[in-house]
Amino acid sequence: MSFDYQIILTGALVAASCAILGCFLILRKMAMIGDAISHAVLPGIVIAFLISGSRASVPMLLGAASFGVLTTFMIEWLSKKARMQNDAAIGLVFTFLFAVGIIMLTLFADKLDLDAHCVLHGEIAFVPLDQLIINGISFGPRKAWLLGGVFLFVVSIVIIGYRALFITTFDTAYAVSIGISAVVWHYVLMALVSLVTVVSFEAVGAVLVVAFLVVPAATAYLLTDNLLKMIFIAVTVGILSSFAGYFFAKFIDGSIPGAMSTALGFFFLLSFIFSPKYGLIGKRLAKKREVFQNT
Amino acid sequence: MIIQVDNPVLEVHDLTVSYDKNPVLWNIDFSIPKGKLVGIIGPNGAGKSTMLKSVMGLIEPQSGFVKVFDKDLDDVRQRVSYVPQRESVDWDFPASVLDVVLMGRYGRRGLFKRMTKQDKEIAMASLAKVNMEKYYNRQIAQLSGGQQQRVFIARSLAQQADLYLMDEPFAGVDASAESSILSLLQEMRAEEKTIMVVHHDLQSAYEYFDWVILLNMRLVASGPKEEVFTPKLLQETYGGKLTLLDSLSNFIRRKELPIKG
Repeated sequence: MSFDYQIILTGALVAASCAILGCFLILRKMAMIGDAISHAVLPGIVIAFLISGSRASVPMLLGAASFGVLTTFMIEWLSKKARMQNDAAIGLVFTFLFAVGIIMLTLFADKLDLDAHCVLHGEIAFVPLDQLIINGISFGPRKAWLLGGVFLFVVSIVIIGYRALFITTFDTAYAVSIGISAVVWHYVLMALVSLVTVVSFEAVGAVLVVAFLVVPAATAYLLTDNLLKMIFIAVTVGILSSFAGYFFAKFIDGSIPGAMSTALGFFFLLSFIFSPKYGLIGKRLAKKREVFQNT
Repeated sequence: MIIQVDNPVLEVHDLTVSYDKNPVLWNIDFSIPKGKLVGIIGPNGAGKSTMLKSVMGLIEPQSGFVKVFDKDLDDVRQRVSYVPQRESVDWDFPASVLDVVLMGRYGRRGLFKRMTKQDKEIAMASLAKVNMEKYYNRQIAQLSGGQQQRVFIARSLAQQADLYLMDEPFAGVDASAESSILSLLQEMRAEEKTIMVVHHDLQSAYEYFDWVILLNMRLVASGPKEEVFTPKLLQETYGGKLTLLDSLSNFIRRKELPIKG
């Protein structure tokens, strides 16, 4: 597989995992939680670096994932106990944790092989440089294997917990009344978001992770009235953006994550204008039809 | 005027609930007989919805306990069905009418087992009872307020419970939807189901219910409507006492403040 497709595959795997979870986040009106987690994991990563002294994936994942879950706990706690709106609590927690992470980065800069720029923007172009090699045979980028595993994990949890996520997202009170724990499923979702964010951001950067969490789901929301279809459309939009973004970046010789984000925005714009039911044109036609029928 | 009954379907004992140190319900104690249409009546902010939520365990009470069919709620959840306020959910959610009604089967089928043909039939039969079967494939955002309310009731029916707790099922529905919901509740009563309804309209309450609970943060009355609908008790629910309770909760707040600071 050429480097081109290795990069596209990596982007597509991130996009697919993020798009699935993004659908639930958007419907729960907590899209920005992905933003919070993707920034707030920074201190966890730095601590994992300092303790393990390496860029090995496992300690870094554990460090980051624990800070991801800690972030959601803190947000929940502040919005319950400190008289704070949920969005204000998100803003407070993630900026604070990210700032702590930045300070730690600068304090221990000589011991760390990591910089803030890389965390925010990622370097997807470098993904093919780290190949998984067994017995001298290359099996493609190591990152893609990791992301593939995470994608399969996300898919299987969402399949198993689909009904629970569906009902706790639509009507929490009713779900609790029939004995389904809304709290447990909230944290299952948050843990998945943390996991995906943490594994993805090194490859594609925090900003593109947020874009993949929000935009495909928002695009799909305009195109269908069925949750399952919404998830499939979101995944498709995410993967298409990975393709389109990569070739666009190559064409203009620019940033790959930037081009992928732009492609996402472009797909959203298309569905915003042309969606048969909720798009600008569709709505206008429906209004005209109504006027026509009434006269 | 609180009439306790033998073999109650639902009993609430010494229930006290507060939000942020502001008491919402004070020492509520009552019991409900089987097979009645029960109305919970009181002014805005009287704690009517809060009471249903605490019975369903959605809100942690300060003190007190609830028994359903003489058991803890967790042992008999299948037999109790809760209908939340219609406005409490986002109706733009990507779901069809049938998707929502099938949620009524989640409790019995569990979260992980497949829905069977029987579940679907029960869901469709529940929709038929509220005259919504031809809308089963509709997206829920395309329904009117009254239709959304009927979908919520159908979901509850699909649960095949014995006790129903409904939060404002008549709010924001038109007159014809209101009368069709009422006749459905009367049919359910004829099948020996017990239905407890939060209701805001004093005018229609006497006509609709058999048993009435008058509530205004504390329990004013619980009994057959003929005995409860007296000018004195209604005055007590809607007038006079309101100011007293207000100053009482203010007093408690003032007492708490120095400790907090």
